[in-house]
Amino acid sequence: MTTFARTTGGDALVALARRAEAVAIPLGALLVGLAVFGLFLLTQGKSPVAFFGYVWQAGFGSAFSWQNTLSRTAPLLFAALCVALPARLGLVVIGGEGAIVLGGVAVGALGVALAGTSPVLALPLMAAAGIAVGAVWIGAVGALRYYRGVNETIASLLMAYIAIALMNHLVEGPLRDPASLNKPSTAPLVDALRVGPLPGMEVHWGLPVGILCCILAWVLIDRTTWGFAARIAGGNVRAAQVQGLPVGRLILGFTALGGSFAGLAGFFEVTAVQGSANASLASGYGYTGILIAFLARHNPLAIIPVAILLAGFEASSGLVQRRMDLPDATVLVLQGFVFIAILLSDTLYGRLKIFTPERWGRG
Amino acid sequence: MAFKPLSRRGFLQGSAALAGLASLGTLPGMARAQALTEMTVGFIYVGPKDDFGYNQAHAEGAAAVKAIPGVTVVEEENVPETVDVQKSMESMINFDGAKLLFPTSFGYFDPHILTLAKTYPDVRFEHAGGMWQADKHPMNVGSYFGYIGMGQYLNGITAGHASKTKKIGFVAAKPIPQVLLNINSFLLGARAVDPAITCQVIFTGEWSMAVKEAEATNALADAGCDVITCHVDGPKVVIETAAGRGCYVCGYHADQSSLAPELYLTGAEWNWAKVYTDMVTAMMSGETIPNFVRGGLAEGFIKMSPLGPAVTEASKAQFEATRDAILLGGFAVIKGPLKDNLGNVIAAEGQSFVETDVALESMNYLVEGVIGSIS
Repeated sequence: MTTFARTTGGDALVALARRAEAVAIPLGALLVGLAVFGLFLLTQGKSPVAFFGYVWQAGFGSAFSWQNTLSRTAPLLFAALCVALPARLGLVVIGGEGAIVLGGVAVGALGVALAGTSPVLALPLMAAAGIAVGAVWIGAVGALRYYRGVNETIASLLMAYIAIALMNHLVEGPLRDPASLNKPSTAPLVDALRVGPLPGMEVHWGLPVGILCCILAWVLIDRTTWGFAARIAGGNVRAAQVQGLPVGRLILGFTALGGSFAGLAGFFEVTAVQGSANASLASGYGYTGILIAFLARHNPLAIIPVAILLAGFEASSGLVQRRMDLPDATVLVLQGFVFIAILLSDTLYGRLKIFTPERWGRG
Repeated sequence: MAFKPLSRRGFLQGSAALAGLASLGTLPGMARAQALTEMTVGFIYVGPKDDFGYNQAHAEGAAAVKAIPGVTVVEEENVPETVDVQKSMESMINFDGAKLLFPTSFGYFDPHILTLAKTYPDVRFEHAGGMWQADKHPMNVGSYFGYIGMGQYLNGITAGHASKTKKIGFVAAKPIPQVLLNINSFLLGARAVDPAITCQVIFTGEWSMAVKEAEATNALADAGCDVITCHVDGPKVVIETAAGRGCYVCGYHADQSSLAPELYLTGAEWNWAKVYTDMVTAMMSGETIPNFVRGGLAEGFIKMSPLGPAVTEASKAQFEATRDAILLGGFAVIKGPLKDNLGNVIAAEGQSFVETDVALESMNYLVEGVIGSIS
């Protein structure tokens, strides 16, 4: 490698080329996705320029737009981590919605029981409850995979349906506040147990905590032996086993950790947004998280900008509906085009000469 | 928290209070707002606005508002009951200058509308079905709803005449008071024709879940029900599936007669066009909209679909006589002697709950003759 590098312009350039590939290909795919969507808009007789103008205005163009975008980002960060962490082991877990929902129910129920307790004690306990329930729910998916060979994608999806049904049963039955007549919910949390907005903003504390979780997850994956072992096992389970890596513990640990992040999303939805646990917890964050994790190529640091970008798209969906008379599904179509472009771009890694120092010497 | 920084919300509240003081000082006695020549009104729906149901009924109301001179209507569909709806409302206020908002889903009320109403005291928030209370909620929030259970009672009369198996069916979303009142009213309407009729109910557990609604409808048809109605957000699937099985159907929320022209008997529809036009006109002319508004057939809040071709003369006569009785006011569907389907007494002989009775808004039982359970 070093001899090779010397002939082609130095280590720095090689390193730069390798890093540039990881940024340039997804970015290029994003632009291609947006361009194809622009063509789609033209076939519908709508102006792509106006569309992207509104996306900018409503998602990123003013202080209000940024508040709007960032308010939507927090749950997406957690939901994406629930997909990205198991993905490092080669597991496609798409049922984070279930962990969000049940985590939220646990937080809501515990919050009712802890009314009157000091928030210094109660809030960490409630967060721990959300984390624990999320960890058990997605950890169970990992256990089914490891011990019984059950496909984790199907299991997590089906378990999300079970989670939503269980949530409905709990908030309409045993945990229902009798005063919540037409929207069955747990009893409202007392004000002391609500998580407030960041100072001077309307964005709640879920955003900085979510960003911190992304950074910690990146450290875990990229900078620890656990993360290294997980990547090995994700590449080839048999090879990892031959090397004596604890594949079982890795699968259980990474799925449980992913689930605990989703449970934390439930914690913030209940304490910072809803004020009680109810059916509004199942609003699809878990599914948007799948898209974000794939767009970020399961890199926890990349999840942060991608989640902000998609939150910005969603923030602009309303203005696009109102100004261009396009249906709400427009933003879903846009997300679909981008998703396909990113998936297709996977085939380009190692094929573009400019990013592949090994091929610079050859003609 | 040791200190309280100046938040945008606090700043706005402060400025609003200052502005209020200033106007009190300079314009004494001006209690009524000024008449407006132009106004932007925002509508927010939880599902698609062409769902043949709850959201379409509200969107038809919005379409009527568009016709008022000087009014601009902005709309958003498929907005979840999360921070999303708060931001949609704020976006309409900030980008479109909306002064009156109709966030129409029940779940938008608490905490979302209540949160925003405090931040934007000069914007009016009107909410369908919410329980506005003077001692708890801001004055710039109002709630309105209609006695649509009466419509289901009239549905039940046509169902009672049409049914040959003496068994009718109801596909319901969730066992909450508004839904239970509709189920009970549907059966009691049918029993006003023939006391031997029973009504089987299946709860899907979700407001909008097409697959479960189709399964439930098929299960009712398999069980011998030959007239089917529903209370879900979008009745399209239930109506089409039931008609496909050869059952008569009664509509709900909006007019679904185009989905089953031959088998559609009638339907209980919202008439939001009247309610919204009245509210917007009132606000344009500077009048105050009451914070708590309720109405039924007589007030024009609800209406019935035109009777379908399968409705017999006898059925039509009883339908019209009952409708006229309801229009007089004070009509009671829930009246003694009446038991629930577990045998508990709901209303003793001579006791009755008229349509305006608030006790009906916390209903937690299915009446005798309804086959099904709420837990």
